[in-house]
Amino acid sequence: MSSVRVLVGTRKGAFVLTSDGTRKQWDVSGPHFAGWEVYHVKGSPVNPDRIYASQSSSWFGQVVQRSDDGGKTWEAVGNNFGYDGVPGTHQWYDGTAHPWEFKRVWHLEPSLSDPEMVFAGIEDAALFQSKDGGKTWEERSGLRKHGSGPHWAPGAGGMCLHTIVIDPSNEERMFIAISAAGAFRTDDGGETWKPINKGLRSLHIPDPVAEVGHCVHRLALHPSRPETLFMQKHWDVMRSDDAGDNWREVSGNLPTDFGFCIDVHAHEPETVYVVPIKSDGEHFPMDGKLQVYRSKSGGDGWEAMTKGLPQADCYVNVLRDAMAVDTLDECGVYFGTTGGQVYCSPNGGESWEAIVRDLPAVLSVEVQTLP
Amino acid sequence: MSVRLELPGHLRTLAGIRGEVTLEVEEPVTQRTVLDALEVAYPMLQGTVRDQVTKERRAFLRFFACEEDLSFVGADELLPIAVRSGKEAFLVIGAVAGGRE
Repeated sequence: MSSVRVLVGTRKGAFVLTSDGTRKQWDVSGPHFAGWEVYHVKGSPVNPDRIYASQSSSWFGQVVQRSDDGGKTWEAVGNNFGYDGVPGTHQWYDGTAHPWEFKRVWHLEPSLSDPEMVFAGIEDAALFQSKDGGKTWEERSGLRKHGSGPHWAPGAGGMCLHTIVIDPSNEERMFIAISAAGAFRTDDGGETWKPINKGLRSLHIPDPVAEVGHCVHRLALHPSRPETLFMQKHWDVMRSDDAGDNWREVSGNLPTDFGFCIDVHAHEPETVYVVPIKSDGEHFPMDGKLQVYRSKSGGDGWEAMTKGLPQADCYVNVLRDAMAVDTLDECGVYFGTTGGQVYCSPNGGESWEAIVRDLPAVLSVEVQTLP
Repeated sequence: MSVRLELPGHLRTLAGIRGEVTLEVEEPVTQRTVLDALEVAYPMLQGTVRDQVTKERRAFLRFFACEEDLSFVGADELLPIAVRSGKEAFLVIGAVAGGRE
């Protein structure tokens, strides 16, 4: 019988949650790297026992960990993220020029075909690549140097490259997103990049339809339709059907279109999930009710999926990397909260149950479906 | 020279160290040569005490020995004789700052 392994990064360590395909009984292991912030943990699609974790600390900086036994044991690998050449400057919060400075790894995206290859999205925003299982890292500097880099500015959480999506039909094509620069695409494996923000409208920036400067929170796609992208922007849920060249808003009837995470059902490319958050000033659900919204029509029409979720006095947040889906026959949907809960819906969102309730604030959730 | 070094708990865990570390350091015994020897012996600590490129001390760490704050002493200055002789340990301490819930 298939099983699932949920990889959870938190403010104070990593946790590995495992269950068989029923997703009813869970084993919890952790905290791994106790006391450290773990921004992201993700396994290789080629070799699921190969898992990468980003471990960081205000005191001790960045460590990258690698496991080759499914998260039982770990080995610290390379943590030297030196920018390519003279890094130059980007915009600071006050509009002045500020030097690029490495702070942490937000996201690790293993290659879809090579377990030794992994990409890292870092703060200050840049894309790095390792071809030796995380031992050494090299910047794919075509992104930062494509022209608009000096105009990028940090969002409230820092200037982070937080989303990396590889096109499963063509690994030379990748999409990334930066807060607060926007979304970008490469069609040549990371050599050259272009902004893909046409159609985004952000009222909080000087030019609401600028080519760069949008606070994109997360991108998602379904493997069977890599031309179709979904985006949770700072405000607005967006959709593109031409690989990001043009976007249209699909917020529809959402009670608020602010949010961080977005994901797509494993078997239904038009079924999309978001967690509406009240506003950028109040990072918690509307009216104290934790609600996942599901669209079965690729956006515009949304329904609240609340069975099993707290519907009173709930003021947690769900961060951008904290939602994932499994690929079991009945797709499981998972998300973690800043209150330390990790919820699982084994039935595509129809009902929810907490796997754990009292972890440190959850920063990321990824799921591996194992044979 | 055998130099004793004490690390914060998180770094001991990361490196799999129990208690103090004793490092063989060639003269001159300075912050730089001690930390060079530490990083050779425990490569997973590269970048955690000082910057990988500039070799500057990380902002929220401090260096102490012999009841003195050596955090702002030059990296190439000799450490106190009691550290060089192994009588006292060189301490790397996490500052009471920098964390968040």
